[in-house]
Amino acid sequence: MTVARFWRKIPQRYNLVGTKCETCGRHFFPPRTFCPDCRRNGKIVDHKFAGFGTIVTYSVIQTEPDQFASPGPYVLAIIKLDEGPQMTSQIICDPKDVKIGMRVRSVFRRIATDGESGIIHYGTKFVPVE
Amino acid sequence: MRDVAVIGVGCTKFGEHWERSFRDLFVEAGALALEDAKLAGEKIDAMYVGNMSAGRFIEQEHIGALIADYAGMASRHIPSTRVEAACASGGLAFRQAVIAVASGMEDIVVAAGVEKMTDVEPGASTDALTGAADREWEGFVGATFPGLYAMIATDYMHKYKMTREQLAHVAVKNHYNGARNPIAQFPTEITLDTVLKSTVVAEPLRLFDCSPITDGAAAVIVAPLERAKEFTDTPIKVLATAQASDSIALHDRRDISTLDATVAAGQRAFRMAKLTHKDIDMVEVHDCFSIAEICAIEDLGFCKKGTAGKFTADGETALGGKIPVNTSGGLKACGHPVGATGIKQVYEIVQQLRGEAGKRQVDGAKIGMTHNVGGTGATVAVHILGRV
Repeated sequence: MTVARFWRKIPQRYNLVGTKCETCGRHFFPPRTFCPDCRRNGKIVDHKFAGFGTIVTYSVIQTEPDQFASPGPYVLAIIKLDEGPQMTSQIICDPKDVKIGMRVRSVFRRIATDGESGIIHYGTKFVPVE
Repeated sequence: MRDVAVIGVGCTKFGEHWERSFRDLFVEAGALALEDAKLAGEKIDAMYVGNMSAGRFIEQEHIGALIADYAGMASRHIPSTRVEAACASGGLAFRQAVIAVASGMEDIVVAAGVEKMTDVEPGASTDALTGAADREWEGFVGATFPGLYAMIATDYMHKYKMTREQLAHVAVKNHYNGARNPIAQFPTEITLDTVLKSTVVAEPLRLFDCSPITDGAAAVIVAPLERAKEFTDTPIKVLATAQASDSIALHDRRDISTLDATVAAGQRAFRMAKLTHKDIDMVEVHDCFSIAEICAIEDLGFCKKGTAGKFTADGETALGGKIPVNTSGGLKACGHPVGATGIKQVYEIVQQLRGEAGKRQVDGAKIGMTHNVGGTGATVAVHILGRV
């Protein structure tokens, strides 16, 4: 991945900035610049998400791609953010503890590395709410 | 619109073809289809080829021209078009060929599909396949393809209480069928234990829930139904062609374990053919993972939502069951060269309808269906074919 492809997503990936349609009030994460409901009548503005949500479904990835191989098997999940939209991310917890309906909050973490001397990609993961 | 018929089919053996190239594969499939239709190459008016990712798999783009060239069509300058919709590329290529003939623009059209996946190491092929989902918001955070379908399985099993054993029956049944198909990559029967004791890939999915990495090509030839008898005594009529799309990412779906694009394409196809699921004698569905077959047979209407696990374990989808599913062995046992799969499904149904399916023949088969999915359900193509 080139630096530009990663760099332009920094607001979304580091700070969970998505968008919101002011016409209908629907929130979007990942961000959309076009509201599928209001279409040309929609008015899209940036929206920073609070970072709290609930696990909708999950899997424990036991056969990891190389760039995700450290530190081993990881929990992949779809999280429904409290504002409405759903997103895919990793949950930092013991794989035995993850369950549907679990409350989680976002944290800033390393996501992947492009080999030993490549770019380190950071972004949002989630941890269980204590 | 004109009625359209399939007049010839051909398919390579599916598997790991270390000794053969991308070109070798599609030339063989094309030649077999032409021979089947007793057709000279000069009669071909146009070609459509389904291919997902030759750019990633063999570092070759511009596949339409390449195929026409090596099929000996370069000097005739016929139009040749690559069609891409991830794993549904083949289904869409077939649909484009049918539309071209139905519209009256072309007469004799080849629909082909080809993928050469073993020329890169497994990590690279897995990464290429991740491009069938949302790279920036799924792949980026570590969502592998097995991982995405595993999340469908987790959701499904939570909602409908399907057991792990019931899910394993999909793979056992597909391997039984694959063992009766001469082109299958894995023509071997397995037991429930084979599935349940295999390596975990992405919980709850194990290795034997997953379709393999495969090389292969398939080709079919379509023509106006009114001309079909010039070429074959057993033309197979295309009764319906349908296509639907949905959100690219799984997290944006209305329901994680329903493929709404399958529901939409299925309903459109039944409406176009003026048929219902009760009229279908056998169906080839897109079982890239065992859970995908469970969702598919429900979303197409063959059984009620939440019941496909029991329906499968009871043998209703096996040969001799209420609705035989994936008589070819499916993607699991027959193999899944992604761009070729949608065409191979048509190849299988045509063989069944002609009564040429050997040990996996469905008795008295008159009407068959194909269901080809791109990604986790962002594109679906459904076709209904029938004996004339």
